[in-house]
Amino acid sequence: MKIFVPVKRVLDANVAVRVRPDGSGVDLANLKMSMNPFDEIAVEEAIRLKEAGKAETITAVSIGPTQAVDTLRSALAMGADAAILVRADGPVEPLAVARILKALVERDQPDLIIMGKQAIDGDSGQVAQMLSALVGWPQATYASKVEIEGTAVRVTREVDGGLETIEMDLPAVISTDLRLNTPRYASLPNVMKAKKKPLEEIDAASLGVALEPTLKIASTLPPPARKSGSKVETVAQLVDKLKNEARVI
Amino acid sequence: MTTLILAEHDNTALLGATARTVAAAKNIGAPIHVLITGHGVSAAANAAAKLDGVEKVLVADHESLAHGAAEPVSEAILAIAAAYEHIAAPATTFGKSAMPRVAALLGVMQVSDVTKILSPSSFERPVYAGAAIETVEATADKVVFTVRTSAFDGVAETGSASIEPVGFSPTARTSRFVSRESAAGGGGVDLSSAKVVVSGGRALGSAEQFTEILTPLAEKLGAALGASRAAVDAGYAPNDWQIGQTGKVVAPDLYIAIGISGAIQHLAGMKNSKVIVAIDKDPEAPIFSVADYGLVADIFEAVPELTKAL
Ligand SMILES: Cc1cc2nc3c(=O)[nH]c(=O)nc-3n(C[C@H](O)[C@H](O)[C@H](O)COP(=O)(O)OP(=O)(O)OC[C@H]3O[C@@H](n4cnc5c(N)ncnc54)[C@H](O)[C@@H]3O)c2cc1C
Ligand SMILES: Cc1cc2nc3c(=O)[nH]c(=O)nc-3n(C[C@H](O)[C@H](O)[C@H](O)COP(=O)(O)OP(=O)(O)OC[C@H]3O[C@@H](n4cnc5c(N)ncnc54)[C@H](O)[C@@H]3O)c2cc1C
Repeated sequence: MKIFVPVKRVLDANVAVRVRPDGSGVDLANLKMSMNPFDEIAVEEAIRLKEAGKAETITAVSIGPTQAVDTLRSALAMGADAAILVRADGPVEPLAVARILKALVERDQPDLIIMGKQAIDGDSGQVAQMLSALVGWPQATYASKVEIEGTAVRVTREVDGGLETIEMDLPAVISTDLRLNTPRYASLPNVMKAKKKPLEEIDAASLGVALEPTLKIASTLPPPARKSGSKVETVAQLVDKLKNEARVI
Repeated sequence: MTTLILAEHDNTALLGATARTVAAAKNIGAPIHVLITGHGVSAAANAAAKLDGVEKVLVADHESLAHGAAEPVSEAILAIAAAYEHIAAPATTFGKSAMPRVAALLGVMQVSDVTKILSPSSFERPVYAGAAIETVEATADKVVFTVRTSAFDGVAETGSASIEPVGFSPTARTSRFVSRESAAGGGGVDLSSAKVVVSGGRALGSAEQFTEILTPLAEKLGAALGASRAAVDAGYAPNDWQIGQTGKVVAPDLYIAIGISGAIQHLAGMKNSKVIVAIDKDPEAPIFSVADYGLVADIFEAVPELTKAL
């Protein structure tokens, strides 16, 4: 079985986000970029399936600027076998990402796609569902458990109100939630080995997918600030404030 | 111009998220139709017909729709999509799973998690865990969007729309439902629509203490229980209590954070609450930067004392 794992290069989750005061976007210059945390979970899950003898090859795919090679190398260092960079310099919307992935799926015929439920920058949470619809494969979003038995895959999903278990026949698309696994750190020898693993580069334009955004981002601004509150010294004071000042109890 | 809304229901009752999505869609200014997908859903359809502002309720009733699987649900929407300019759903796990499929097959982008509708083509939505608010303009002639329900108050139940069945037969390859496990109830109060939320973090230390310390307070206040990711990961609380960037977003009148440090990913899910109370022993904890009332104290002493004082 062949697994595809799309991975996105995003602003590191621990870096404070700075919104440019002129509304033109978020400042990314010289800041630490990392693999989207949900995609790390996807890579980890693919590796575990391989280690359990359920999968043969794992290909990481990223769509983005040349620097996305670093993200792909991280996936290779964790244990992916090969990587594809689809070079695109401007912003690429989820629909275009899904269409590019569809073109690669048709070319390489993976059996399973495991990807993040959302990227922590755009927070769109769309690509997995879009890809599933475009290729006509069943989907399981928000996975917290994945079990493969022959050509069937059973997924436990984190949904509003609890957990849902569904089953799909391969090929299929899975999107990962936080509690699926804890991703491993790449060891130094594996980081070195990753440099020798195959990495294919393709130009996004060559796939015949329109890249022009269809949503125009008119402005990106900081959220309205909360007026700063105060500290209370005792529980009695807190109760008094909630009753008489805020009047919420 | 008409707007179609995908209803969220549990086969018997309509969930509050639907009334909130209708409230959001009213800002577009077009007539509103609501689509109920499911199997044996007349109670939910009757409830949707009462929502103020709804002109017509459409019912797609089919076995394949019984468990809300995204593949057939999105097909049911696509089957009638031609008649609509705007297609919306609540940004719940149900709505979020189906709507991007609709958008992709219509060849348009989805505007995710809308918090404000400025015009029929202009929307506000948070990105970067709420650290920035984007204003996006949709340029296509169809607009697909999901609604952050905590940003809108539900419409009243004063309407009387007509109800019409729509035919449906699935063709897409789809997943099969196996089972569903409901989360242990948080005092029976629904987190997404609760007026008061009592939320616990890693500091609670165990599932037993989480219940022992927080439940009496929540019961006194008629509050729903919530949790930080750390508390959920450690098994103190079920997954669907998680509040934050990757969990639920809530905006109650009162949010009480107990032993939660206030990481940006957590703040993303609660910082639009009207009044925020934080109790934490670390005076430097970032939660205090958004709290209206902060109490630096040991939760194991302060919370039982608070419960008693109410
Ligand atoms: C004019 C304009 C300017 C923009 N400026 C910026 C900007 O400065 N910074 C910014 O971050 N965004 C910017 N965007 C938004 C950005 O281009 C995307 O629309 C958005 O980030 C994609 O949504 P998402 O990643 O949240 O998708 P999601 O649907 O949340 O992603 C889910 C999953 O899809 C996969 N995936 C997503 N993208 C890729 C990818 N490129 N390669 C491989 N796998 C992927 C991953 O597995 C990921 O976990 C801009 C958009 C426009 C139109
Ligand atoms: C991609 C990504 C997504 C995430 N999504 C979410 C999300 O949706 N929701 C979320 O919550 N987090 C999310 N997180 C995790 C987030 O970054 C934090 O790790 C998490 O919120 C911390 O939870 P906490 O505040 O309970 O724990 P901690 O940060 O450990 O804080 C515990 C607090 O308890 C206090 N304390 C300890 N003992 C006592 C005591 N006896 N009395 C009083 N105070 C005490 C401490 O001073 C501390 O402030 C996400 C992280 C990533 C990377």
